[in-house]
Amino acid sequence: MVESILSLLTLLGFPDWLQSVIIIMLKIVVILIPLLTAVAYFTLAERKVIAYMHVRIGPNRVGPRGLLQPIADAVKLMFKEIIIPHGADKALFLFAPVLSMAPALAAWAVIPFEAEMVLAQVDASLLYILALTSMGVYGVIIAGWASNSKYALLGAMRSAAQIVSYEIAMGFALVGVLMAAGSINLGEIVMGQQGGFWHWYWLPLFPLFVIYFISGVAETNRAPFDVAEGESEIVAGFHVDYSGMAFAVFFLAEYANMILVAMLAALMFLGGWLSPFEGIGIFADSWLAAPSILWLLVKTSLFMFLYLWFRATFPRYRYDQIMRLGWKVFIPITIVWILVIGVAIVAEVGPWFAAGVAHG
Amino acid sequence: MPQYRRADRIHQMLENYLPVLIFIAVGLVFGAFMVVLGMILSPSRPDDEKLSRYECGFEAFAGARSEFDVRFYLVAILFIIFDLEIAFLFPWATVLRELGLFGLLSMTLFLAILVVGFIYEWKKGALQWE
Repeated sequence: MVESILSLLTLLGFPDWLQSVIIIMLKIVVILIPLLTAVAYFTLAERKVIAYMHVRIGPNRVGPRGLLQPIADAVKLMFKEIIIPHGADKALFLFAPVLSMAPALAAWAVIPFEAEMVLAQVDASLLYILALTSMGVYGVIIAGWASNSKYALLGAMRSAAQIVSYEIAMGFALVGVLMAAGSINLGEIVMGQQGGFWHWYWLPLFPLFVIYFISGVAETNRAPFDVAEGESEIVAGFHVDYSGMAFAVFFLAEYANMILVAMLAALMFLGGWLSPFEGIGIFADSWLAAPSILWLLVKTSLFMFLYLWFRATFPRYRYDQIMRLGWKVFIPITIVWILVIGVAIVAEVGPWFAAGVAHG
Repeated sequence: MPQYRRADRIHQMLENYLPVLIFIAVGLVFGAFMVVLGMILSPSRPDDEKLSRYECGFEAFAGARSEFDVRFYLVAILFIIFDLEIAFLFPWATVLRELGLFGLLSMTLFLAILVVGFIYEWKKGALQWE
């Protein structure tokens, strides 16, 4: 398909560099459209799932079974006035949502959806993702400061402190994955898990797997770690003064980040696009055992569902409890487990770390 | 000749990063586009009450950009230290297999020093929120 577009562009007389830029742009669109659709319908799924967990029905008025609800929400937000409060730093106030949106989208540049299906085949892809997701905290801080409101400032400080605290635990968990895979490239990390369900990294890295996902929940400021926007304390936190589209951009960024964390968890710990039936005799030749993007999407949805389940189930943590969990529980566990994996790798404990299995 | 090959390699690497650069630009443009679109489509009828900053219905009586707890700074500083450690661990983690036992022992020593600092922070109460 790429070839036919390329030959068409050559026919139309585009220069070489422009051709490759156009191809890249098309690929970006192919990633962004499903992503934004997923974000929109994730909001609906959230309301529906939580509703059913509360024995309610959830949104069911707009379109069949409420399926057009996200579109109605988007249209509503689009026509809402963007209020810029007195004393706010206007430029920063409008720049903050952009700054939280850009990294949430740009991180998807290096996500492999299948063995060769990745926009940018970059060696340091995990490092790039770590760097970009850290950028999100600037959007939060700038938004809170620029709003010129006490609630926004407090929410931003809380949120930023929480994000950076959990980023350490998350970083250590990633180091564990790198050690196991011997590579920073996400594609190679997935390929290092070949061999079926029991070869995936969730098993040898189990504590890191749990910590990674919980840190991901804390990092996206989701329940039960959503003190930054705890309604009963500081209203909506850092975006309390945002309205209309400026608010919607924060909202989109948050959900895109949630899907990103879910997909990374699937890639790093649950074998990404590899099939859970791989290596089982009776499935050996069927499509069930073949690696496919569908498996990745199924696993990602599993984690996305966990996000919603957590929100419907757990009461909100207190702020000091959140910080204690991050610093005094997660960091010691991750450090200990990094040493355990180090020993396991040097001792070549199979099947995950046996000499022949891994590359690197 | 090796120099040519090196230049080729760098060229190849930069080419791999081109989509990343374009994607970041697209992300920025997309965010800005959404905000600008909202501003164009939405009405703008400001009045004094609407623009006053939000404080749960009270008249705001003090500056919003007030001082805040120094502990937030402390967390930020501790974060920098630990994040640096993680940055040090990244390259080590990828080549641990080649380094073998020597690599493991030297990093254990490094982590031990880190842990001493961590225990010190803990005992000093830097991680304590009340």
